[in-house]
Amino acid sequence: MAKKLIEVKNLKKYFETKRGLLHAVDGVNFYINEGETLGLVGESGCGKSTTGRVVLRLLEATDGEIFFEGKNILDYSKQQMREMRRQMQIVFQDPFASLNPRMSVAQIIAEPLEINKVYSSKAEMNKKVKELMDTVGLAERLVNVYPHELDGGRRQRIGIARALALNPKFIVQDEPVSALDVSIQAQILNLMDRLQKELGLTYLFISHDLSVVKHVSDRIAVMYLGKVVELSDYKSMFKSPLHPYTQALLSAIPVPEIGVKRERIILEGDVPSPINPPEGCRFYGRCRHRQDICKQQTPQLKDMGNERYVACHFAGNL
Amino acid sequence: MSKKEKLLEIKDLTIHYVTDDGTVRAVENMSLEIGKGETLGLVGETGAGKTTTALGIMQLIPNPPGKIISGEIIYEGENLIGKSPAELRKIRGNNISMIFQDPMTSLNPVMTVGEQIAEVIKLHQKVNATEAVLKAQEMLETVGIPGERHKEYPHQFSGGMRQRVVIAIALACNPNLLIADEPTTALDVTIQAQVLTLMKKLKEEFETSMIMITHDLGIVAEICDKVAIMYAGNVVEYTDVESLFTSPKHPYTIGLFNSIPNIEEDMEALQPIKGLMPDPTDLPSGCPFHPRCPKATAVCSERQPAPIEVAEGHFVSCHLFEK
Repeated sequence: MAKKLIEVKNLKKYFETKRGLLHAVDGVNFYINEGETLGLVGESGCGKSTTGRVVLRLLEATDGEIFFEGKNILDYSKQQMREMRRQMQIVFQDPFASLNPRMSVAQIIAEPLEINKVYSSKAEMNKKVKELMDTVGLAERLVNVYPHELDGGRRQRIGIARALALNPKFIVQDEPVSALDVSIQAQILNLMDRLQKELGLTYLFISHDLSVVKHVSDRIAVMYLGKVVELSDYKSMFKSPLHPYTQALLSAIPVPEIGVKRERIILEGDVPSPINPPEGCRFYGRCRHRQDICKQQTPQLKDMGNERYVACHFAGNL
Repeated sequence: MSKKEKLLEIKDLTIHYVTDDGTVRAVENMSLEIGKGETLGLVGETGAGKTTTALGIMQLIPNPPGKIISGEIIYEGENLIGKSPAELRKIRGNNISMIFQDPMTSLNPVMTVGEQIAEVIKLHQKVNATEAVLKAQEMLETVGIPGERHKEYPHQFSGGMRQRVVIAIALACNPNLLIADEPTTALDVTIQAQVLTLMKKLKEEFETSMIMITHDLGIVAEICDKVAIMYAGNVVEYTDVESLFTSPKHPYTIGLFNSIPNIEEDMEALQPIKGLMPDPTDLPSGCPFHPRCPKATAVCSERQPAPIEVAEGHFVSCHLFEK
């Protein structure tokens, strides 16, 4: 049995807004085994990025538990958390906004090393920076250039090198390839795959692009309006999605092949507001299988066997 | 390729942007055709020249820095280049209309959606204000929005609904040609499915011809009849959608297919195209793709390949196919 590196239990993050309490993350449960990639998918506003940030304590959780190697990091003091952060890093979506435009490539990559006082001599640090640049495929001549001189793909490589600087075990990838063209996207996905194998990294890969998520993930969690509605290995999920939302989501992907006739489930309407959501299943208003019980009771994640979990009253019978 | 009646023909179109940093060759010697009721996909990555082509057809290239250097854009037998602004205004929005990528910025935030739809109708059709508003409500219903919401402002709608309002404006005068510039890129996948289904339905109902600009080959497979693959301002492959998916020929097209993760089958690693998009002010000599091409030979850096018809109606601009 694989060892769990991260386990999240009943995680909640609410934001106060003028119109009421926004339930961005509302009782999320999942775990990630060591060395694997958990894909977190969902549409805009479903709470996937917030989940990624709360797991790293970049945002404070409203409620719940986050275990890293068996210890609840929500109990950690600021000091302990600072130590902890070396183990857990993040790569952001927008390589244009997440790099300081007034710092050179070398300065950006060296920053985490400096802050954590990893090296006593400048020479050692520079050596490490060059190693990191080499690892992510950035030419050495680029050490002194600034982010604006580089294209999106190279900038994202800088973001990855910075995340790797402190030898983390766990990296949250928040839409790391969404801003890139497909030919460059493929280069970055291959790089991340290689790094995971070589360094034994564990990823939480957040994306709205289902074909990318399927390609990189071992297991996938589907979120809808602050809740995980389905958690499963990628193969079973794509072969036989169990939750009606997952079914609709997968059927909506335009497939780059011709002659494949697939039945498409068109969802009515839009995602409802996450502010003061009503009791019951969040997907109720758009679900084609809805019954009275769905309005009254919020379905919990049910174990369907073989490490598959679904939050639907009629799971397995649809 | 289909022998439908021609609606639009682009002949040797070249568009440049002249900037302080040099001349950007945005579109080079482009020749394309669109038949009545046909949908042409224009596919490529950032900087390929897709949007410039669309703006060129609409005669909306910002000048300066942009300039149509040469070529003809023949719509229903008449060349659009050289037409007066007044003549063009009659065509734009009436015969040819455009859907822009971002529904958040292409609507006027201080006008109700009904007024925005009615505006186009009043401009192009002989109707009074009341009739225009009624027609606007009808258009909203056509795109699946309740007509009584015509008095609401764009911010009161969700992203998918705003894009549908944009589509309603574009279709209000029943255009012959609709140019859609990445109409679903800013939308979530379930909303994208709604909008694509709507566009397909409208295309069938109104027999509108369409130019679909996209980087998503999935959308191409779903909605297009013909496809032009663009790279650095050049059309590198131009064919019907079946041939593109069953026998892609240009090394760039093949590279694109190998770069996208396959949703149906598992693949070990992606095979990305090596290298980066070239600097548009300093394109490589010969074929612009040659520095990234796995099959490049000496001739590729010397001479730009001309389109070669490898099968009926299947054009590839690559030296590999020269006889």
